[in-house]
Amino acid sequence: MSKGWLGIIVVGLGIAVIVALFSPWASSHPDGLEKVAEDKEFIGEAEDAPYEIIPDYTFPGVENEKVATILSGLVGIVIVAALGFGFAFLMKATRRRNGGSHNPGAG
Amino acid sequence: MLYIPIPAREIPDVPGLHIPDGFVSLPVSLIGWAITIAVIALAVKKTNTEMGEKAAPLMGVLAAFIFAGQMINFPVAGGTSGHLLGGTLAAILVGPWAAVIVMTAVVGVQALIFQDGGLVVLGTNILNMGILTAFLGYGIFRAVTGVIAGPTGRLAGSFSGAWLTVMAAATLTSVQLALSGTSALDVALPAMLGVHALIGVGEGLITAAAIALVVAARPDLIERSDGSRTMSPEVSA
Repeated sequence: MSKGWLGIIVVGLGIAVIVALFSPWASSHPDGLEKVAEDKEFIGEAEDAPYEIIPDYTFPGVENEKVATILSGLVGIVIVAALGFGFAFLMKATRRRNGGSHNPGAG
Repeated sequence: MLYIPIPAREIPDVPGLHIPDGFVSLPVSLIGWAITIAVIALAVKKTNTEMGEKAAPLMGVLAAFIFAGQMINFPVAGGTSGHLLGGTLAAILVGPWAAVIVMTAVVGVQALIFQDGGLVVLGTNILNMGILTAFLGYGIFRAVTGVIAGPTGRLAGSFSGAWLTVMAAATLTSVQLALSGTSALDVALPAMLGVHALIGVGEGLITAAAIALVVAARPDLIERSDGSRTMSPEVSA
């Protein structure tokens, strides 16, 4: 992977982390579907999740609510980024193994 | 970035268009799963054979940015908030098939780890927020940039694509609620469209700004983002 790509990854993930740092100050108003569900009185139909890992974007066991929210955002960023990069890597690897690359410069 | 400095109460229990379990009937959920699984399988195949070199590293970055962006609820009128969906943004940059994978990762992790959106209804949520938005947003962006060249076309295409995908996702969600007997279509649809017409403006602004930023920093990313075709609106200009 060329140097340019490393820059994109670092800057892109950096922006995502900065956005996550703002998450504790996100609007606390009910949003689209929730507002409609309240107004039209079907909010009560919602069922609780069968298990909880990081519910409400609040990292469990962290006293400070803002820190807990930011921490949950960072955890999420790491997981989804790993899935995205992992998938792309896997696709590249299988393509190379199958010899089906139309991108001779790959790698 | 849009935010207001109010200390967060617990993030809403029913955020964005994330449908919780209980709102949608089992048959509707199963149809959602069937369509979503079929599209994901096709998306894996398509990205494996067609994904451009430029799309690959962007997938992780986009997933991270969209996940973070979805945490930022911005206020709209009437004591309501909304947040980015991101399907249009992802599709413009990496093409609709890779965007489906990115959105599946985001919406899947939100449901499995963050209890945001139900598990039974996860297929439906991926369909509404990931698949519909990726293909519709991509199609609108392509159509608009095909007619209007250069930065104006990109701005118009990304804004209108993003806005329309939010409206389409709100419509599809309303139809699913109606089919499930949760809320009649003539009740849910006008309410959903009214709220999301405003939320869509936020989606449009963020998407257009992000695309403009990417073009300013790395114009090569957007010109051959799908790896197979060259968009190059400048050529036709």
